[in-house]
Amino acid sequence: MSANHDRANLLEVRGLTKIFGTLTACDHIDLNIAKGEIHALLGENGAGKSTLVKMLFGSLEPNSGEIFWDGKAVRITSPGVAKKLGIGMVFQHFSLFEALTAAENIALSLNDGSPISTIAAKARALSYSYGLPLDPESLVGDLSVGERQRIEIIRCLLQTPQLIILDEPTSVLTPQEADKLFETLERLRAEGKSILYISHRLEEVKRICDRATVLRHGKVVGHCNPRQETAASLARMMVGNEVKAVVRAPAEGIETAPALLEIRGLTRKPATPFAIPLKNINLTVRAGEVIGIAGVAGNGQGEFFESVSGEVLQQDAGSVRIRGKDAGALSITGRRLMGAAFVPEERLGHGAAPRMKLSENLLLSRHATDGKSFVGSGGMVRNGSVYSAAQRIITAMDVRKSAPDPEAAALSGGNLQKFIVGRELDRKPSVMVVNQPTWGVDAGAAAHIRQALIELARSGSAVLVISQDLDELFELSDAIAVMHNGVLSAPLPIAEATFEKIGLLMGGAEPGHAEHTMETA
Amino acid sequence: MMRLELVKRPQRSALFSVLSPFIAFALTMIAGAIMFALLGVNPVDAFNIYFIQPISEVWQLHELAIKAAPLILIAVGLSVCYKANIWNIGAEGQFILGGIFGSIIPVLFPQFEGPLVLPLMLLLGMVGGALYAAIPALLKTRFSTNEILTSLMLVYVAQLFLDWLVRGPWRDPQGHGFPQTIQFGDSAILPELMPDAGRANWGFVFALVAAIAIWLMMSRMLKGFEVRVLGSSPRAGRFAGFGFNKMVFFTFLLSGALAGLAGISEVSGAIGQLQPVISPGYGFTAIIVAFLGRLNPLGIVAAGLVLALTYLGGEAVQSALGISDKVARVFQGMLLFFVLGCDTLIHYRIRLIGFAAPKLEAAPKLEEAR
Repeated sequence: MSANHDRANLLEVRGLTKIFGTLTACDHIDLNIAKGEIHALLGENGAGKSTLVKMLFGSLEPNSGEIFWDGKAVRITSPGVAKKLGIGMVFQHFSLFEALTAAENIALSLNDGSPISTIAAKARALSYSYGLPLDPESLVGDLSVGERQRIEIIRCLLQTPQLIILDEPTSVLTPQEADKLFETLERLRAEGKSILYISHRLEEVKRICDRATVLRHGKVVGHCNPRQETAASLARMMVGNEVKAVVRAPAEGIETAPALLEIRGLTRKPATPFAIPLKNINLTVRAGEVIGIAGVAGNGQGEFFESVSGEVLQQDAGSVRIRGKDAGALSITGRRLMGAAFVPEERLGHGAAPRMKLSENLLLSRHATDGKSFVGSGGMVRNGSVYSAAQRIITAMDVRKSAPDPEAAALSGGNLQKFIVGRELDRKPSVMVVNQPTWGVDAGAAAHIRQALIELARSGSAVLVISQDLDELFELSDAIAVMHNGVLSAPLPIAEATFEKIGLLMGGAEPGHAEHTMETA
Repeated sequence: MMRLELVKRPQRSALFSVLSPFIAFALTMIAGAIMFALLGVNPVDAFNIYFIQPISEVWQLHELAIKAAPLILIAVGLSVCYKANIWNIGAEGQFILGGIFGSIIPVLFPQFEGPLVLPLMLLLGMVGGALYAAIPALLKTRFSTNEILTSLMLVYVAQLFLDWLVRGPWRDPQGHGFPQTIQFGDSAILPELMPDAGRANWGFVFALVAAIAIWLMMSRMLKGFEVRVLGSSPRAGRFAGFGFNKMVFFTFLLSGALAGLAGISEVSGAIGQLQPVISPGYGFTAIIVAFLGRLNPLGIVAAGLVLALTYLGGEAVQSALGISDKVARVFQGMLLFFVLGCDTLIHYRIRLIGFAAPKLEAAPKLEEAR
């Protein structure tokens, strides 16, 4: 493009290539980022975005190619070198120590010997001035994904970088929070800083980005000005063909359908000082419908998911009912045997064991429900049938991978998510509870997952989706409830729901709405 | 200038999983040769005496099996613990309690004889080891104590308890005041496998059977899967519906029972009575065996034989060359050190990097272009 002649380039990348074994993750990538621009990096999962960014940040060394910083050739051999040059990075998978406070985590990466209290004060001031409020004293382990991201952003800004790389930053934010982040980014741009913005949300790329570079299968397929493109044309460049829109047939006769998942007066005391208590939650999900739960990160969604899944048991067995039977006192295995399936928010380390093969990760959640076909006499695992079932899921969900049965950690986030969702769908569960079904997943894969969830509901299952992505909830749900500070609102039928109404509930604008729930439910 | 860099592999290397113990063994040999040279002994002679001569005759192979049996039995049990990320360091104490429990019959009821005696003794030995291992498990699950500390400290309790028993209530009244129990009766002695060829007893068979059974469990059974999941990612384990506290008890009871079986096998097979000391540190050396064997029960059989040889070799160099038999401990320590070091190669590869950046040469071209 001509832009690099108009403005001084902060960063120029020429022919950058990274080869892993037989896979060329990045193939002669060219990229120019001008001073004071927000540059979008678009691409599907596995297109090479993460690899490219890791090379720019010094976590990976390229096999060939050149990087120029301010016109000078540089070799970024470590993240330390990148930081010294003035490159800051906010990762999609956070690198925070859970046992430390936010301020301590920031102090670790600054490593300049200043006292924690100074850093905490600076972080607090910076976070409020950029509209990303953060309590530096809180333990990371007790924070939600959205709050952890704020630490990463603040930590990055404290180092006053010239180039800030953001990997899928809005995927965990409310519309209002995202708006604030955009304001922050625009302010940074006005200060002359450059931003490399990785996202699959094409609307926001169109809204805030000045230029875009699109990757597909490790190659640059084009540079463009996203403001002159449509979301559809950007998606076409990314995916190589049209992204199928999610189709949601109207649900009929839901009112009379049997209630498959019932939450009755679910209350939970906080397990840790920073956890959110759940207060008298009531919800019914009937056969054939998708109910969405919206809410800002860290408002009790994680606690709610643990309670419904049975990772944490309830004292009142009747507070969670599956297919008309009390399940509150049953373990997650007991609830699965009643026909329920669960997909947690964290893929690595919760939904899947990172160092285990996909087939073993299939066994992880289905060793009890598929006991007959997966486990033989005497507790022997039938590796053959587990393996073929895993291959069936891989094919059904179009999971892309480098080996026949790779370790979970070797897959990209989106592909692993497709496998984890597919693992549960393959069972045809009558109750499906999903937390953040498409966090950090690209457009093509997300559409695939959402369509599959709708089809599961329409085939007669009850589907409950917890998400911070409002677009997603509006695409999927027949009704949306909002969780705020451990309280769940009454579900709003999709016909009556608007972004504004839901956004207000997310901000806690209607205190005491739980009481309405009980009357109307 | 060059520097070494560890580059993370995308997947764990199957090749180095297998090679790592051999590399570690080779490095141990090199370091051992240097040590012998420093001691003023020709390393070639020393290695001959240490590693070759102790296994050059059939009866010596039997001695090797006697030493290897308890190491393998204990180590396969420990491997299950360690795979579950649970750290039983107290196998030495469980070994001793196994020996004590199993000795109840021949010491307190010497008139009870017959074919039932031995099976009962072995069973009691396993119960003793398991019960003793249940203490750190209970403390961990109830009070969140660190099992490394509690299981280790209980070793010293067990050692002193045995010492008190053989000097006090269980001392042989006709033993001229020696601190030992009466000699076990014939039906309380673990038989030798091939009495004509050497002294090796059924303990070695128990070790092989245990290794194969645990290998089957870990690689083929749901229980082994449970162990591996909880060990590698506890939260995913909870999501799978596996209970961590149950796993703590399972691994401690299993490893305790196997250590107890090793204890009573040693007492009734190799020794024939209780003495103040019944183990040359088998419970601790077995930790090395477990890691040298890659926490794989079949690897542990091989590793157990290697470590048994270090014991025999230590005795051999002491008598032949007059070097302290503490050399055995040095070899065991070096082996563990190198094994843990070489394990890095499974997840990382080493790359040599020159500081002079070849790509800098491209820079002037750009300047010209402008």
